[in-house]
Amino acid sequence: MGNRTPLFDTHQALGAKIVDFGGWDMPLHYGSQIDEHHVVRQQAGMFDVSHMAVVDISGSDAQSYLEYLLGNDVGRLKAAGKALYSLMLNPDGGVIDDLIVYLLGDNRYRLVVNCGTAAKDLAWMQQQAAGFAVAITPRPDLAIIAVQGPQAMARVKSVASADAAAAIDGLQNFSATTVGSWFIARTGYTGEDGLELIVPGTEAVALWQQLLDAGVKPVGLGARDTLRLEAGMNLYGNDMDESVSPLEANLGWTIAWEPTERNFIGRAALQAQRDAGVSQKLVGLVMEAKGVLRAHQQVSSTTASGTGEITSGTFSPTLGFSIALARVPVEFSGAALVDIRGKAVPVNIVKPCFVRHGQAVINQN
Amino acid sequence: MSELPKELRYLETHEWVRNEGDGTATVGITDHAQEALGDVVFVELPEVGQTLNAGEEAGVVESVKAASDIFAPVSGEVIAINEELEDAPETINQSPYGDGWFYRIRMSDPSELDALMDADAYREVAEDE
Repeated sequence: MGNRTPLFDTHQALGAKIVDFGGWDMPLHYGSQIDEHHVVRQQAGMFDVSHMAVVDISGSDAQSYLEYLLGNDVGRLKAAGKALYSLMLNPDGGVIDDLIVYLLGDNRYRLVVNCGTAAKDLAWMQQQAAGFAVAITPRPDLAIIAVQGPQAMARVKSVASADAAAAIDGLQNFSATTVGSWFIARTGYTGEDGLELIVPGTEAVALWQQLLDAGVKPVGLGARDTLRLEAGMNLYGNDMDESVSPLEANLGWTIAWEPTERNFIGRAALQAQRDAGVSQKLVGLVMEAKGVLRAHQQVSSTTASGTGEITSGTFSPTLGFSIALARVPVEFSGAALVDIRGKAVPVNIVKPCFVRHGQAVINQN
Repeated sequence: MSELPKELRYLETHEWVRNEGDGTATVGITDHAQEALGDVVFVELPEVGQTLNAGEEAGVVESVKAASDIFAPVSGEVIAINEELEDAPETINQSPYGDGWFYRIRMSDPSELDALMDADAYREVAEDE
């Protein structure tokens, strides 16, 4: 038996197909992964993502510690509630994890990190904290319910307290607020508008039921993967890991090079890569022919030498054909070929974002 | 455990075959297989007129999760394919033993059916996975 979130019994009662995910027993789907995908693009769906780890950081050195720990700069968070997507890098510039950091107040931050890397992340964070006056506090007492889709905000408001509903009305994209026991963040991993609700684990089952009653449909991790891939969002472990530079994972934008005096872990290595130029890039692939692109299939070009590899591939329910992220030589563009079980199948190289707010957005790379 | 009709014969690779009693047989994938695959999004079927040998690859079914080869349970000539699956591959999930059939074959050696598993034998294989 794996780890279980407070909602495990609820998932079982809803008929979920439970699978192991990073050591956790999690719902893959509740019937049809594709139907659940469409619900998020068209209405509102909810995911139990309580397996992700919440870590609170506080202390008089919290800001300077995170400025050293993270590739993005928490100094850019100018008001409580603001959020930042960032990488945590090793000294070689490889990606230890990707995360979201929220500013809670003066020298108080909340990080949400991946479940499969949580233990490694915590050990690293504690190791790097030497010399900083910080407290690193994992919060396994909290559950996370992500409500996503064009109707997500309205449906959450319909079950929220008057204060929480008012706060949701005033909540800007990529920011968060605390109302009573709810931490409400306007963030997500689907390319749709929506909220991530971080609540005490003891309240998760009741909140889930209220949302169900309000017409929010349960969605499993299967649809979470097709939604994030359509949105062109990387998945840690697939699209980047400790052996991959952010500059080769379409994540250069998350590195805050300014101010130049900020010394963060991995900076020197990344600067050297940037000066020398990288040899690979992460691109999107679309294949309108029949079939499904899958991770680890080889990519070749008709005009450039070398080979690349698909890092994430799937059938896109919104588009009706297959899409993928692939790491390829920087010279690749336009037409390419993917080796699918021995057959060279033509694909197009595009910018790695396929769907936003329910609409196709495919641009040539 | 998923549905397993008694009148069918089964392969370890999760195909079912139904003897139609007129020298032909119909082939599909089991309820267990469709459940393990998840939503089916594409299917590649053999061609009408094609000759298949038992155990030979007869097509591919692709789901959101994986691509899976389909093997021929019996030898013979393909006399019909389920063209509905082209536009509605989800039929395989909804009705694996009915509207989600793959192809129909004129058997060259109907005794091959005797070597295949019955529902109870297949149940053990499926439960061991």
